[in-house]
Amino acid sequence: MLAADYRGPYRVRAAQKPEPVILHPRDAIVRVTRSCICGSDLHLYHGLMPDTRIGMTFGHEFCGIVEEVGPAVENLRPGDHVLVPFNIACGQCHFCRQGLFGNCHESNAQATAVGAIFGYSHTAGGYDGGQAQYVRVPYADVGPTLIPDWMDPDDAVLLTDVVPTGYQAAEMGGIQTGDTVVVFGAGPVGIMAARCAWLFGAGRVIVIDEIEYRLDFARRYCPAEVYNFREIDDMAVFIKKQTDSLGADVCIDAVGGDATGNALHTLFGVKLKLEAGSAIPLHWAINSVKKGGIVSIVGVYGPTGNMVPIGNVLNKGITVRANQASVKRLLPRLIEHVREGRIDPKALITHRMSLEDVSDGYRIFSGKLDDCIKPVLYPNGI
Amino acid sequence: MTDLARPPARAIDPATVPGWGVDADRRNDPTYPMRHREEGGRPMDWERPPLQDPQVEVLCSIEHNRLPAVVGTSTPPRGLSGAIRRAAFAYSESDWRHWLMLLGADRVNMVEGLAEDLARGHIPDIPGEMGLRAEWRHNRTGLVRKAAVAVAVVSVAALLWPRAERGRSRHARRLHH
Repeated sequence: MLAADYRGPYRVRAAQKPEPVILHPRDAIVRVTRSCICGSDLHLYHGLMPDTRIGMTFGHEFCGIVEEVGPAVENLRPGDHVLVPFNIACGQCHFCRQGLFGNCHESNAQATAVGAIFGYSHTAGGYDGGQAQYVRVPYADVGPTLIPDWMDPDDAVLLTDVVPTGYQAAEMGGIQTGDTVVVFGAGPVGIMAARCAWLFGAGRVIVIDEIEYRLDFARRYCPAEVYNFREIDDMAVFIKKQTDSLGADVCIDAVGGDATGNALHTLFGVKLKLEAGSAIPLHWAINSVKKGGIVSIVGVYGPTGNMVPIGNVLNKGITVRANQASVKRLLPRLIEHVREGRIDPKALITHRMSLEDVSDGYRIFSGKLDDCIKPVLYPNGI
Repeated sequence: MTDLARPPARAIDPATVPGWGVDADRRNDPTYPMRHREEGGRPMDWERPPLQDPQVEVLCSIEHNRLPAVVGTSTPPRGLSGAIRRAAFAYSESDWRHWLMLLGADRVNMVEGLAEDLARGHIPDIPGEMGLRAEWRHNRTGLVRKAAVAVAVVSVAALLWPRAERGRSRHARRLHH
């Protein structure tokens, strides 16, 4: 089969690989119809995530047709079109039973700090991902969800990560009616977090980024007030001025370790890798939120450490909330939002391409070329 | 688009946003969802799924007390990078050596990948793998600028290297005499 093949930082190619097989009674094999390139994939692509091995297939946002199921899978049949949450979750461990499907204890041998994620390095379990014609889906009786007949699969594929992650970012913000919410990052997740902040009753939504075309998209889609941080001298002062000097009620970091905006963080976190990525959005969030406010983190950082003003977290009484999205927990509500027209996921898709073009896809997304918001691969044909 | 002089007024009327407030929840307190603890404390004795036979070498965090029921089997550790990875797993996830060794192994693995390609008689299309075709199509000026900077850096290094070598040789001769 054809699959994406990681060859080192900034190098991915499409290559022939053996088809996956059932390795566990609760496995399924899925023929992938759509597979996104995620902003988090760029952390792998840029060589920031430890234990990212040559030859791995990335891709944790995908949907497809069930080809084969293991003997213990009773809720799926070959031919079902399913969307597959990016978390691999058993559904019965201490964490899954609390709805923490992003923190399953029965799926990632290599690390306890993160649950297993499709195609996301061995630090996240060492599973090949969905940027391939076929993929092995463990615990297929838990995660995969039938795509409703009325739903466009282009919407469905974005329910595997982008929409739930953005939604959970807003949910973790504990937004109360009338709150001012600042979202750092106008990538797909940041845009979705800003959109969802309104669903929780935000009174004001502000999005910060440096890419004008993305800010313009956020202004229209979310909708939101948008600002380019390149035109702002001091982020904390700016947000204070926007909020009667108190600070925002909720700040959301929707960027993670690939952030730009501070030369020191870029040098230590991205170039020298002495930090787990550049944490400037988190720095801004801590210093821009009001005393007693909430900082919600969905941007992905590496597993080591970052320079952030942790003393201010204490002194301001900030609550920090963070997690990988618990996709399965959120899906019923999100499907309802799509059906009611409150969220339009596929509007984020700007690039549709075949798997053969995966190298170009990564380059376009990484370089923010051609006004790219969200690229989707169609491994078995568009 | 950016108007920094704008006063802190509400530019968007929430009432005009479709779905505004439909998920508002005053009980969404900062401990959610951790408050959903089950009766009986923190049992480690849930009914485990059937155990997968790994069939390939799977490295396991020493913070685990047992292998999870299912494991990923992509790209088992091999070669020098594999040896470094095995050594890294002697340390916990809390130890920086664990992660730094894994990052080092990743870089060694990249060279191994190149060697593997060449050993198979496959010359990797590195510009193609880097998507430079797309960069040329959508960001020609930027690509030319990056290439010019790279050429300049290499040229300066090539110019300075022989001088440094000559300096070292002179220094060595002086020491010899």
